[in-house]
Amino acid sequence: MSGQGQDAKFFQRGKIQEFRQELQIAETKDKKFTKRKTVLKKIVANITMGNDMSALFVDVVQCLGTPLLEIKKMVYLFLINYGRAKADSIHMVIPNFLQDCNDRNPLIRALAIRTMSYIPIPVVLDNLTEQLRHHLKDRDPYVRKTAAICVAKLYAADPRKAERGGFVELLRDLLVDSNATVVANAVAALSEIADRPDGVVFKLNLTVANKLIAALGESSEWGQIYILDSLLRYVPETHADAELIGERISVQLQHANSAVVLTTIKVLLYLMNYMNNRTLIEHICKKMGPPLVTLLSSGPEVQYVALRNILLIIQRRPTVLKNDVKVFFCKYNDPIYVKLAKLEIMYRLANEENVKEVLAELEEYASEVDIDFVRKAVRSIGRITIKVEAAADACIRSLLSLIETKVSYVVQEAIIVIKDIFRRYPGRYEGIIPKLCENLDALDEPEAKASMVWIIGQFANRINNADELMDDLTYNFLEEPIEVQFALVTAAVKLFIYKSSSDPVKALVHKVLKWTTEEVDNPDLRDRGFMYWRLLAINPTVAGEIVLSEKPAITNDADRMDRGALDQLLLHTGTLGSIYHKNPETFIRGAAGRALADSPALNPLSRQVLVPVQRSGPSAGPLVVPGPGPIEPGTGPVASSPLPLNTSKPSPPLPPDSATGGLLEGEGSGGEEDEDEDAGFAKRRSGVGAYPVPTDPYASLDTAFGNRTQDEQMDAMPALMMPFI
Amino acid sequence: MTLPDYCKYSRAQTTRPALRGPTPSTTMISAFFIFNQKGELLISRLYRPDVKRPIADVFRIQVISSSDVRSPIVTLGSTSFFHVRVNNVYVVAVTKNNANAALVFEFCYRVITICKSYFGKVDEECVKNNFVLIYELIDEINDFGYPQNSEIDTLKSYITTESVVSSQIVAEESSKITSQATGVTSWRRADVKYKKNEAFVDVVETVNLSMSAKGTVLRADVDGHIQMRAYLSGTPECKFGLNDKLVIDKSERGAIDAVELDDCRFHQCVRLNEFDSTRTISFIPPDGEFELMTYRSTSNVKLPLRVIPTINEIGTTQVTYLIVVKTNFGNKLSATNVVLRIPTPLNTTSVECKVQTGKAKYVPEENVVVWKIPRVQGGQELTFNATAQLTSTTTRQVWARPPIDVDFQVLMFTASGLIVRFLKVFEKGNYHSIKWVRYLTKASGTYQIRF
Repeated sequence: MSGQGQDAKFFQRGKIQEFRQELQIAETKDKKFTKRKTVLKKIVANITMGNDMSALFVDVVQCLGTPLLEIKKMVYLFLINYGRAKADSIHMVIPNFLQDCNDRNPLIRALAIRTMSYIPIPVVLDNLTEQLRHHLKDRDPYVRKTAAICVAKLYAADPRKAERGGFVELLRDLLVDSNATVVANAVAALSEIADRPDGVVFKLNLTVANKLIAALGESSEWGQIYILDSLLRYVPETHADAELIGERISVQLQHANSAVVLTTIKVLLYLMNYMNNRTLIEHICKKMGPPLVTLLSSGPEVQYVALRNILLIIQRRPTVLKNDVKVFFCKYNDPIYVKLAKLEIMYRLANEENVKEVLAELEEYASEVDIDFVRKAVRSIGRITIKVEAAADACIRSLLSLIETKVSYVVQEAIIVIKDIFRRYPGRYEGIIPKLCENLDALDEPEAKASMVWIIGQFANRINNADELMDDLTYNFLEEPIEVQFALVTAAVKLFIYKSSSDPVKALVHKVLKWTTEEVDNPDLRDRGFMYWRLLAINPTVAGEIVLSEKPAITNDADRMDRGALDQLLLHTGTLGSIYHKNPETFIRGAAGRALADSPALNPLSRQVLVPVQRSGPSAGPLVVPGPGPIEPGTGPVASSPLPLNTSKPSPPLPPDSATGGLLEGEGSGGEEDEDEDAGFAKRRSGVGAYPVPTDPYASLDTAFGNRTQDEQMDAMPALMMPFI
Repeated sequence: MTLPDYCKYSRAQTTRPALRGPTPSTTMISAFFIFNQKGELLISRLYRPDVKRPIADVFRIQVISSSDVRSPIVTLGSTSFFHVRVNNVYVVAVTKNNANAALVFEFCYRVITICKSYFGKVDEECVKNNFVLIYELIDEINDFGYPQNSEIDTLKSYITTESVVSSQIVAEESSKITSQATGVTSWRRADVKYKKNEAFVDVVETVNLSMSAKGTVLRADVDGHIQMRAYLSGTPECKFGLNDKLVIDKSERGAIDAVELDDCRFHQCVRLNEFDSTRTISFIPPDGEFELMTYRSTSNVKLPLRVIPTINEIGTTQVTYLIVVKTNFGNKLSATNVVLRIPTPLNTTSVECKVQTGKAKYVPEENVVVWKIPRVQGGQELTFNATAQLTSTTTRQVWARPPIDVDFQVLMFTASGLIVRFLKVFEKGNYHSIKWVRYLTKASGTYQIRF
């Protein structure tokens, strides 16, 4: 082991003039060049600290005459930093570069071209191109592997020069080099060039793919990643080809480097689209599971990457991790991002057999410190209630016990999920409503409040004091957030429909509709107010049928991504896209999209749902990609908002096989319920349209509150007629 | 020049076919930084022209100065920052594309491992003291954002703290280095010589336990690491055998004495093809210390210590503790460095502890009682009695009751039951070699008992 250095003292802001002097002094009487070394270290430290040292260019370059490798490397580092800024002086170093390019020592030759290629200035690149041609054929593999990357750098700086110089062809020759490290770097360089919008097309056929796979065993772990990654450029023509390659690379799943494992999984998932042998697919899926779980023993950062990927993979290939929910239980000291990612997977893997354990875990999490984590734990309990019917009773019990903790955010979160549970299991749990109502005062978050209001409105016929509660809730109507206002309007109308004979209720609904139509600025809310008013005016019975129409049952299917999108996203396994669950072209400027390429071997189902690449830039939306976490039930199409005439409804119709690999895996199809839901919605919509709409919108408003006194009507009318006056 | 048909490529056309194959995006690290806690740069290396130095300020503002960072990856626009914290420094990689996230983190980990191996530790002082060497290293192990060979043994042969006069490096010597750095056994020098040929194998198992308040095991598994220190001359060919049975499909259960491993991963040097076909672990080891394999086992985990807590909240002013620790291994073995961290409520004012063995101390800043026991012999039973006094608080917040955490080490014991069956060394020189095996089972922050 080499000893500790003592260089910390150099981290001190220094003046250009001082350094220059010190360098000049060092030119004489500098035994073993220690003085020069010291000054250069000071300069490098200052570069690191962000002080502009470019003025010392000439002085520093003088040091290149020193025969110390350490000094040479520091000068080269200086050149990499300031070479571009000092384009007019760079010619001074060219002779040194050229000398090093032809040094007998391969390490020096490589160092020279590596450094030159970091300085993208014409004069340097021109000299480099002369040299590079030889270095790509150097007898030393270390020089060749460095030269391969130099081509990528050259191409990045000046694509035309690189192409005119025939470097791409030279690079291609390296694909069949005898040395695996050289092959891997050539693959990396070619891939980069091909990924440029103006780049060359780089595709692999079976022969090259096989040659590259043969090089896998001998290349470094990083090289393996470059090679494996490039296998996505190979499109299998027959099932057998895909199956053979899949089997050959699957041994890499045992590699210690998590990136090798994840990249192997990416290629396997890709190749499976072209396989036909179900036994083999099953076998590969089973083989992928344990290495994925093992990634959870890595550092927390890699765990996070693994977890986000697992979440995608199990949606497409559920057999990969069927019985492993326990390994995703959170450790108390897991970082929060690991915990949140685990939570989502626990929900996905929850089923009738393991739901007891999962539920016990989630209850445990609900008492932890991190508020966001606790909320998501409670929300997960709610989602599991909806997903696993057998556990619904137990889930409700645990939610009620959570409500009893009186911890404000726990209670609120519980109420949000209970609203959805009511919709999922109509007629089963309404008995707990009084318990919920006890917590009315604790609700200060819009979503929780809106949920509670929805519950009161929907079940106003079962809540004896619903009118009093609503009266309380509407007290600050105009100050409420918009979603609460929406909920209140609808709930008030429902209440009126249930209890149309009650005078206080009439007054209430009148008051709310009046506020909505007269004092609210939000046009959507105002429109809704008018619409309800008219509905009630035209025909209260029909209004009741519409407002209290039977709602479609809530299911969990829609929070699963559809298969085409999954197939596409899984082509990015292990990358940023797989962490954010977004295709890279949607959030990274200039990123290349991916799609499965068609071939006779492509699975017909995969072809059917294939999502072609969209060549659109990133949307001009917010710059920050939102962090991950469980999908909030309120935002997905699963749970409708508390409004009966919900317009945010239909999700794009999913193909029947959208569920978890559908027929391919022999799983039941889960898309039908979505279709039913859409169909039901369409009916409801057409139903609404079928009622006669009078030409004068205000014509029969006076019947809206049929048995009101004349005075009251007079109160109402002038305001409503204002626009006409 | 005519192109051989094995590799077809051409100038990109303006109209691309609708169904174009997937274009894998490459992995490129645009910049690499090491920051101290104040956000000052200790190392700054830009690998690609698509980022400029001020990007470091963005990280400082968004991550280091931010009180609430909830992800190791922060993406702003098209720029992503990957960071790993180690001691008092941030190791950061920046990318501008859809980077292979696993690779980027593995690269950061590797830099940390290399620094540890070179300097013994990684912290601000050590980075500052060795910054020139670190610059050399990161220039070597990453080229244009592509991680390159980073085998420590090889790096140490040509990147050193000693001053090297360039003319002194004999070209031949360098050729050896380069062929090693790019070769089939890039992790090993060919000219290793020892008088005494020895190999030490350490089987180190970390037990993960999560036990519910009711005393049922929610999760118990073992992360095993097999560390090897090989001091063997020449190019030794090793074969390694365990009493394992790798279970791919849980239904294919086999011999009873075999330990079931859920999964194992191997060092770069192990021939994966051979393992796949014949289940033999064969390799040419790096010189010196390395991690030969890691494994995971979830069946029949023997828990070395059993902790039975009885903790009662008496009213709102007191909490009483009775904790019994029982050993679960033979009388000849012992657990050492046993440390229990027993949580106390946030409004604890004082804790009175009674223990027969070891020392127990209330640590108010961490809200725990730390009970340290230097050694517990197999068959022994320990008890801990304590009462915590609480202040009355105006807001009655429920105590989150974090789990009791137990750390320990048990020598010559494997929780999984794994045993090394053999380690055979074959070398041209046909020398005699001595092999040593050690077992250690430990827990540190992973052995948790809820109450």
